[in-house]
This record gives sequence, C-alpha cells and structure tokens, in this order.
Amino acid sequence: MAEPILQLEGVVKDYGTEVITRALDGVDLRLEAGEFAALIGPSGSGKSTLLNLVGLLDRATAGRVFVAGQEVATLDDRGLTRLRRRTLGFVFQFHHLLPALTAEENVMVPLWAERGRADEEMRRHARELLGEVGLAERAGSKSGELSGGQQQRVAIARALAMSPALVLADEPTGNLDTKSADAVFDLLRRFNRERGTTFLVVTHDPRLAQRTDRIVELVDGRICCDNPWPPRGGERPQGTMAQER
Amino acid sequence: MPFEWFLALRFLREGRLQSLLILAGVAVGVGVIVFLSALITGLQASLVDKTLGSQAHVIVRPEEEQARVLGNSDAAVTLRRENAPQRRELIDEWQPLLETIAAEPDVLAVSPVVSGPAFASRGAALEAITLNGIVPASFDQVIRVSDSIVSGRFELSGEDVVIGRELAEDLGVAVGERIRLDGGEQRSAVFRVSGIFDLGSREVNERWVFVALRSGQSLLSAGNSISTVDVRVGDIFAADAIAARIAERTGLIADPWTKLNAQLLVALRSQSASSFIIRFFITVAVALGIASVLTVSVVQKSSEIGILKALGTSTERVRRVFVIQGGLVGLIGSGLGSVIGATLALFFSRIAQTPTGEPTFPVDLSPQRFLVAALVATVTGLLAAVAPASRAAKLDPAKVIRRG
Repeated sequence: MAEPILQLEGVVKDYGTEVITRALDGVDLRLEAGEFAALIGPSGSGKSTLLNLVGLLDRATAGRVFVAGQEVATLDDRGLTRLRRRTLGFVFQFHHLLPALTAEENVMVPLWAERGRADEEMRRHARELLGEVGLAERAGSKSGELSGGQQQRVAIARALAMSPALVLADEPTGNLDTKSADAVFDLLRRFNRERGTTFLVVTHDPRLAQRTDRIVELVDGRICCDNPWPPRGGERPQGTMAQER
Repeated sequence: MPFEWFLALRFLREGRLQSLLILAGVAVGVGVIVFLSALITGLQASLVDKTLGSQAHVIVRPEEEQARVLGNSDAAVTLRRENAPQRRELIDEWQPLLETIAAEPDVLAVSPVVSGPAFASRGAALEAITLNGIVPASFDQVIRVSDSIVSGRFELSGEDVVIGRELAEDLGVAVGERIRLDGGEQRSAVFRVSGIFDLGSREVNERWVFVALRSGQSLLSAGNSISTVDVRVGDIFAADAIAARIAERTGLIADPWTKLNAQLLVALRSQSASSFIIRFFITVAVALGIASVLTVSVVQKSSEIGILKALGTSTERVRRVFVIQGGLVGLIGSGLGSVIGATLALFFSRIAQTPTGEPTFPVDLSPQRFLVAALVATVTGLLAAVAPASRAAKLDPAKVIRRG
C-alpha cells in the first residue's frame, strides 16, 4: 500500500493553560495521493485547528501527524518550515497576496524563499502558472489592481509554484460571488485531475463540497462522518450531507 | 537580487511617505553631526595649528641647577636663597641624544637648538631678541618656518640670518641687508638677512632670530653644546606620554606642549566632550526614529509577514528583511546627511571670514568624516532594526492568517 500524503493518528489539540479548551479530540485521518477531499463542519468544530496542524503552523498536544511520510513532531521549527515549503501549498479565504508585489512576483514567493535568488527560470515558471489560471496578461499587475476572483486565482498559482504534494485550501471561495467561486473551484479540480495534486478543501458551502471526491465532517473536534462522494451504490450519506441530499 | 533585499526595497518603496520621513530624519541628524564635527575639528585644528605653529611639540632640555643644603638632612635649617645670575644650562654630547629621541615611537622629527638672549641692531635701532642657532633642514621638520617665509628664503649659511616680520620693520631692514647680532661677552657679528618670516604670533615675529647652529653656538659662547632638542610628534595629544618616555630614556627634562598651553588643552577637551555628547544624543534620536518607524512597519505588515512565513520563508529571512531596511535607511540617510552637513559647513565658512579672506571658522571636510558618518548611521540603522525585526520574526503565521 502506498504511503499516504497525510496521516493523523489520535490527534488532540488543547488551548489554554488554566482553563483548557479541547479543539480536536482524537482525530484519525488518512489522505492518499491524488485525492480531492472536502473538510466541512460548523463554526468552532475544529476545521481551522486541523488545517493549522496539517499546515505545520501549529503542533498537536497529543497524537501523531505525518506529512509526506515525515512525522512532524520530530522536526524543529526550521525543519517544519522546510517541509511546509517543499510539500504544502496554501490557498486562504482572504487571498493574502503581498500588495507590494506583482502577480508574477507573488507566484514566485515560495520558490524565492526556497532558492534565495530570483532567476529567469523561476519567472518563466510563474508566468506559465499564471497562464494556467488564465492570468498571463495580468502578470505585472499588483494585487490591488485585480478583482477578488483574479486575486484568488493568483493565490492558487502561488500555492502550486513548488508543485506541492498537498494543497490546503481554507474557504478558498468564501469571499467570492457564486460565479467566481465556481470558476475558482473548477480550477482546483482541474489541477487535481491534470497534475494529480492532492487537495484538502475546507468549505462551508455544501454545494461545493459535493463537487469533491470525499467529504470529511468535523463536529466538536471529532470526525463524525467520512464519506466518498458521490456515495457509492446503496450507501447512504451521513451527517450534514444526508440532509443536503 | 536576494529575496530579502528585494522585499526590503519593496517594503520601503511601498511605504513611500513613511520611508521619506525617516530618511529625512536620519539625513538631518547625520547632517548636524557632520556639520558639527567638521566645524569643531576645523576649529581645533586651527587653534592647535596657530598655537603649535611656532612651538615644538616636546622640548628636551637639561635640568636647571638648584641650590641644595649639604649635610644632615634631618636638621632644621633656615636659609635664604639668592637667585644666581641668569645662566644657560647646556647639553654637551647631543648627537647620540638625537638618535635616541628619534628612535622613540611616534617621534617624527628632532632638531638641535642653541638659544639665548641677544641684541639685534642696525644703525641706531637696537632690539632685544631670542637668538636661535639651528640646523635649518631638521628644524623645518619640527616647526615649518619655510612655509611662513614672506620674503626671501629660509636658508642659513654662515652669515645668513632669518628674522620675523615685526623685527624687520622695527630695524627697518629688508632681505639682502645686514644687521649686527650681539650675544654679549664681546661676541658679535654682522649677518645678512636671507629671509623674513611670519609665524602668526607678533611676539615671535618681534623676538625670534634664526642663525646657523654653529653661528649661534659662537655668539652665545656655547662651544659645541646645545640648549634644547626640539621634537615633533605624530599625535599631538600623545605628546605627554611621549615626553615622559623621552625623559625616562634620556634623564633630561622633556616638556610637552600641553604643559606650556594647559588652558588651550582644557578648552580643546571641553569642546571635544561637548561635541561628543551632542553627537551621541543625535545618534540615539536617529536610532529611536528608525526603530519606531520599523516597529510601525512590522505592525502594518504583520499580515504579509505571516503569509511569508506560512509560504515557507524562514524566520531568519524575515528578520533580515527588516534589518536590511534599517541598514538601508541609515546608509541612504547618511549619504543625504553628508551632503547637507558639507553644504552647511561650506556655507558657514564662506559667510564668516576674516578681513584677509580666511574663514573665521575653518571646517574640516576630510573623506574620513563622511565614511565615519556613513558607518555610524548604517550600524545605528542595523542595530535599531534588530528589535522590530525580531518582533516580525516571532509573529505566529497561524494567528495572522486567522485574522484575515
């Protein structure tokens, strides 16, 4: 059996020192290469906490987290930064582009952070990615000169700059109108199919969740349902998706 | 271009008004420092030059003879000392002494001098003078008489004499004319005026007369001896220590210029201290300015910093982005400040001039001054940026991203 891209074993995350709040309570999750999964759940269910742990931006209180086969608890901050840079791509709800940089320069940031210096090959790669998200013409534009949908497409190109094994998308369409949201989601789906990139997409939107291959639902810090989508013959979806259906 | 440099320049360019204001602040601070340093150093150099223009940095002389009580020193004695008639103490075997003193570190030149009171006369005019028998080549290394010649040349063959401007006027002589020098004890001779000097001091110009060493020894009945060894040193503010070493090595008295000009030294030191205090506080103000602007910048850019870290930019790189900004602000500000300071200093030296056209307040605009200003401002910028840079490096990307 191939090594999973992501594996969580009994992951617990507590916040606070005197009054302890448990955000994740024994989460087990396994994501194989090439999957396109949605992570859903109500506000406060622990989605962002899970994404921070998987994104190597935070550490678990207990349990084990493996990213690309590497147990993250064994890495120091420098090792986490390196693993994050080489293995993970991020797409945030608020595009979080650097306003001082052009679209092309924003796409180059992960490569630049890795190599230290910009070179022509890096620029060419950034322009190609912008071409793939349909923004070749806007390579020289700053983020303030782009629409919300265009900004998010630049953010997707940036997330793919290092050809990461896993892209974490936190409400990537949360700030967009329906048309732009569909376009952005189509783009994610296309990269998943064409490049085989694994996606874990956090979303509140059941309509978009239904366009993934698998839906994982978190409630009160626990995974309550984990279904392939659409449900295979005879299976009934559980949790929120049962109502949506 | 390295990533950190690119980001530092973009961040500075993005916050244009903020960057311009802090650059202006640094430039004004550095400008004041450059101006003040140039003025005070120039003023000090001018004062020292005027004072030491006619004075050796160290004068080595024999100990004066003093009456001593012979016999049992424990016994109480009442005595009345009568001053002996004025008498010159001389140094006899002086050639090896010159070599000993010249071998001391930081000694640039040494010159033997025989000097004593004498009279200069021409016709009915008679003036009291200080007769100096010298070796012109070596003496000129100690006190630059040749640079102060206003008429004729600084040459002393057997019958030549070089006198000051005021003495020449008092005696009514010009170059090529003759005067009589009388050292007392029936020793006098006629000399031809080969040069007239102006050493910037009326008293020196009225009294100092230079003849060849051999002539001076003859007129002053000194045999082959000399009165003093005059010394020029490299660092005039080290003259005390050098004089102490010479005294220890030779067993003679060595008087540094500071002993003869104690008040001037106090004034110079006070000036230096006040200048240092002013420069120190301006540097602190510049550092605080840079630090506060960068701190604000870190707060403003916390979102970008969080994203950079989330995208895999190392903590060290993030820290360097802000340290580079501090260094750049210091370096560019010091360049602008140097221009402001130099312009102010030159303007000041042009508007305040003596009747002869020389600046009342001379300024010293050596390249070293600008290099030091640039170095201090850049280092100050780098140090001032350390705290904001550390703050940026410590930002938690997860929190920043959550804030949106």
